[in-house]
Amino acid sequence: MTFSPELEARFAEMVRHYPPGHERAALIPMLLYAQDEVGSITPALVAEIAARLHLTPLQVDEVVGYYSMLHRRPLGRYHVQVCTNVSCLLTGGADLWEHARRRLGLEHKQVSADGMFSLEEVECIGACSWAPAVQVNYDYHHLITPEKLDELLARLRRAGESHAV
Amino acid sequence: MLYNEPSPLEVKVLTRRFGLPNSTSLDTYLATDGYAGFRNALQRKPEQIIEEVKASGLRGRGGAGFSTGMKWGFVPAQSPKPKYVVVNADESEPGTCKDRLLIENDPHQLIEGMLIAGLAVGAHTGYIYVRGEYRYLIGILDRAIAECYQRGYLGRNILGTGFDFDASTHTGAGAYEVGEESALLESLEGKRGIPRIRPPFPAVSGAFQCPTVLNNVETFCAVPAILRDGGAAFAALGTPRNGGTRLFCLSGHVNRPGVYELPMGFPLLRMIGEVGGGIRGGKKLKAVIPGGSSCPVLKAEECDLPMDFDSLAKAKSMLGSGGVVVMDEDTDMVRVALRIMRFYEHESCGWCIPCREGTLWLKKLLARVDGGQGRASDIDLIGELARNMLGRTFCPLGDAAALPTISLVEKFRGEFDARLAEARAPGREALAVV
Repeated sequence: MTFSPELEARFAEMVRHYPPGHERAALIPMLLYAQDEVGSITPALVAEIAARLHLTPLQVDEVVGYYSMLHRRPLGRYHVQVCTNVSCLLTGGADLWEHARRRLGLEHKQVSADGMFSLEEVECIGACSWAPAVQVNYDYHHLITPEKLDELLARLRRAGESHAV
Repeated sequence: MLYNEPSPLEVKVLTRRFGLPNSTSLDTYLATDGYAGFRNALQRKPEQIIEEVKASGLRGRGGAGFSTGMKWGFVPAQSPKPKYVVVNADESEPGTCKDRLLIENDPHQLIEGMLIAGLAVGAHTGYIYVRGEYRYLIGILDRAIAECYQRGYLGRNILGTGFDFDASTHTGAGAYEVGEESALLESLEGKRGIPRIRPPFPAVSGAFQCPTVLNNVETFCAVPAILRDGGAAFAALGTPRNGGTRLFCLSGHVNRPGVYELPMGFPLLRMIGEVGGGIRGGKKLKAVIPGGSSCPVLKAEECDLPMDFDSLAKAKSMLGSGGVVVMDEDTDMVRVALRIMRFYEHESCGWCIPCREGTLWLKKLLARVDGGQGRASDIDLIGELARNMLGRTFCPLGDAAALPTISLVEKFRGEFDARLAEARAPGREALAVV
């Protein structure tokens, strides 16, 4: 399996940070950065990273199963994460979640047929003082109302469609 | 970037560079007394640095509130093994969003705090463990670290003193449990984030089974000011045994939610009324979660207190991680209890049975009560189940789930009973589960 030169350089740099004999320490960052490039944690990716870190695929799999950001199927181009934890709940997060479900026609962890969007109800993302908050991929969007969410989704759809052309 | 207007009542020590142009650059940092604390530390013996930190009254900002100087003092001075400094930037306690700002606006302050910790305990390697969702912070930190290497603040022979220190970032991938220090170390080593059995504590056997100083971002960020201006000056900002300032994350039903740096011991009611601009819509205060969702809730009449570790402990709650969640008179406390439990059930790592099973059953019971299918015995059962989790797990997640639940049921019992009565009333439709 081959990665981009940038990712290979990142891996090479990363492994140097840990003490000799502890290269396994790079496992979780490697999985997340590789997932960003590949799209999901595939069996081939598990085998590749296991070989690089001298682990068995099972040792990698058990780690993949533990962390909520690692996923075995591709997400949408835009992964819309709506927080409904307590600070967001108090400021309209539950309504925002319902609105997002209806607007996208998706349920928790579903991906749209065209691959443009996926939706997830997430736990606290650390934006409590600017709640309710939404994270799309790694980008934060604070103080989101249903109207602002609609605008954001429309903007993303336009960006995604122009990308596809 | 700042996401809310500052308050005139703030005392800016850790946040003093917030809002400055290029606040993340080394030049801005150096022009505003940056690395002055580190330079002072270079003139001292390790034990003198630790004494200065002890004198500051700095207590762990992650939530435990343990004396930082004492924690550093537990690291053996002589060790055949290398020692490590680990920054816990796995901020994920619901209600908490301050560490994110400290890194986003002033990454060098954190790096300087790590360097001083390295001098104090004789460590030469540091890791900053950043929660996976905070990806943008990794870029900010990596740029700051690269600048330090270029300009001789990291690497071999720092500033010509002979002191070596390497620092790097390390991303997590989504797990609240990893905010617990021993689980964080497991995760740093590339494993599932399961807590370790202690003792030994990280100070003796931490990262890679070596002596390790592990603190929260805000704790490390307080250290440069302590070494720059002296521990006594920092201590004087707060109340006795509760030194310094604290970043409070005000959220919920206030007019001006935001992150504000206030002296330790700042009165909670003033924080809500004057800093936060009072309750939205002119409503009445009902309750406050004073330090993140793990803390027992305070009723409005219990909120007349100073926000420091000891005052909150006296009120049978906790100062925790600084997440102050304000709830108005219309807040549905049954639903709050359910939402909090859903979180802990999702995040329990499953290692300890009282936590794994307890959070699941509590979630089911709370959902049943909230959904209108509750039985009269459920409310007592919720309290009993939660109390049975206390102290019976390897890490504090079990207590973190149980404590707010016990407090919500005890202090707002009437609302739980009313929900049962409503459920029995004819013609009532079941509430949708959150």
